[in-house]
Amino acid sequence: MVKPSLAVATSPAAAAPGGLAVSLQGVNKSFGMGNTYLPVLKDINLDVRRGELMLLVGPSGCGKTTLLSVMAGILDVDNGVVDVFGARVDKLSQSKKTRFRQANIGFIFQQFNLIPTLTATENVAVPLIIAGQPYRAALERARHYLSLVGLGERLEHFPPQLSGGQQQRVAIARALVAEPRLVVCDEPTAALDSSTGQLVMEMFRNVALSAERAIVVVTHDNRIFSYGDRIAEMLDGRIVDIHDNPDRVK
Amino acid sequence: MWRIGLKMLMGDRAKYLTLVGGVSVVVFLFIQQGSVFCGLIGRTAKPVEAIGAPIWVVDRNLQVVDEFKGLLDTDLLRVRSVEGVKWAVPLFIRQAQVRLPSGKFQAVRLVGIDGATLVGRPPRLLEGRIEDLNAPDAVIVGRAEMERLGSPQIGDTFEINDRRARVVGIADVPRDFLSNPYLYTTFERAVQYVPRERKLMNYILAAPKEGYAAQQVIADIERVTGLAAYDEDGMRWLTMNYYLRNTGIPVNIGISVALVFLVGMAIIGQTFYAFALQNEKYFGALKAMGAGSLTLVGMIMLQSVIIGLIGYGIGVGGGALIGYLGGQGKGKLAFYTPYQLLVISFIATMLICVLSSLLSIQRVLRLEPAVVFRG
Repeated sequence: MVKPSLAVATSPAAAAPGGLAVSLQGVNKSFGMGNTYLPVLKDINLDVRRGELMLLVGPSGCGKTTLLSVMAGILDVDNGVVDVFGARVDKLSQSKKTRFRQANIGFIFQQFNLIPTLTATENVAVPLIIAGQPYRAALERARHYLSLVGLGERLEHFPPQLSGGQQQRVAIARALVAEPRLVVCDEPTAALDSSTGQLVMEMFRNVALSAERAIVVVTHDNRIFSYGDRIAEMLDGRIVDIHDNPDRVK
Repeated sequence: MWRIGLKMLMGDRAKYLTLVGGVSVVVFLFIQQGSVFCGLIGRTAKPVEAIGAPIWVVDRNLQVVDEFKGLLDTDLLRVRSVEGVKWAVPLFIRQAQVRLPSGKFQAVRLVGIDGATLVGRPPRLLEGRIEDLNAPDAVIVGRAEMERLGSPQIGDTFEINDRRARVVGIADVPRDFLSNPYLYTTFERAVQYVPRERKLMNYILAAPKEGYAAQQVIADIERVTGLAAYDEDGMRWLTMNYYLRNTGIPVNIGISVALVFLVGMAIIGQTFYAFALQNEKYFGALKAMGAGSLTLVGMIMLQSVIIGLIGYGIGVGGGALIGYLGGQGKGKLAFYTPYQLLVISFIATMLICVLSSLLSIQRVLRLEPAVVFRG
């Protein structure tokens, strides 16, 4: 089993049980310069708690995906604090950021991004192989996670041989296999029909979520809003509202 | 990650076969053109190999074995007088005209060897006995190109410059650059087959005594006689260098090889680039998941090296097959693949693959992992 470690300072909030998974303070991010200057994130302050499934919602172009990228450490901020489980991600060098992602972040993409020439098992094993785990051990662990998401019968199938819902379940297994503490999902149900989308979100709650893990889901699919513990609404690069979800599915 | 890299490469059959096919064709053309070049240049020196002698003594101004610069009879005696020379015999090589029974004429390379010692005789007799060369009108025919003489058998006769010649043997003689048939006879008879000249002998073949280094004997011959002397390898290179300097062979084949290199690099580079573009989102996903740039560069390099190795193997195999088939029977393909050509083409192949993959590598290096969230 991979037990990733990265020597980083831990904030008091992260150290406390039930503390914060992600803390963003005064985060700004822009693209371009001169005539093409475009501020995308404006003074973002946001906390994501451990054991929480947070939905990040808002119209297209409001900065949801950029914010997700910042949390995941794949996009640098112009200024502000990005604290993920006590690590100041905004202060890490690129190589440390790469190792941080390897150890702490799981990714789920709208288009799944499964490598079509690898079997489901091999796709799920990729994060473990990146982390340096032996190939056979990685495959063994990947099979276990595929069984957890109900694909024990599809281990040797290639992505093109799977339905959209099955591919997203493979992606969920891939996101979880290295036991990350933060899972970021970009429009995970956008490419799925309604019932399959519901199934995937149920899987997030039942399989992916745990007391020490947080999940952040970017979506504008209001059919799945009921699966979030809290919902952060964005508009024009700002967070305009954060509220508990009264309709949350138990 | 190397397994992942290879599966990404080989799983996409169409791209994989295109890449391997492209490299194979490039290597095949490299080997084919290079071997033809080596074969052609090598053939220019075949007369030296067909005669075979430790030391060749020639006129100082001789540039190529096909030139006829005569030596004086006294030169032979002076060579024999050099300390360290075990023996020295005259050799006569000229172009002559054979009149065939059909009435047609055919140019031949007439080789007159010393009748007493038979030094300079053909390397291997296929039919007949070498001793019969001293019989009246006797000639031995080289098998290469002998069909131009009507494929004569032992006992057949024809005319050389209106003098009768009778075949007493068939020899295994390599095909040379001019592709004229070889006729071996004795020195004394050879001079009668060609128009009378003041200097008849144009080569002296010699050998060093036991205990004397060939290079020292060569230097002594040159010092004492004022003639030029070479060992067999030196004589071969004298001839090959002449053709390299004075014919368009290197330029023509060099252009072909350069074009193969450029076209090959364009095809392979383009295919590699398309492969990288197609896999960009997967490389982006790998980067997001924590794969370092060096890891991804390693994967791409491994892919290009594997493509290069497989393509090299197929290309060399194809080239060798063409060479083998072209050299079978009466095949006249000039084809010789020295190990140096294999080494050079291997390096060139790897260079093409690595250079081609640089386009993909720079794209992956510049790839931001955030690209994975862009739809």
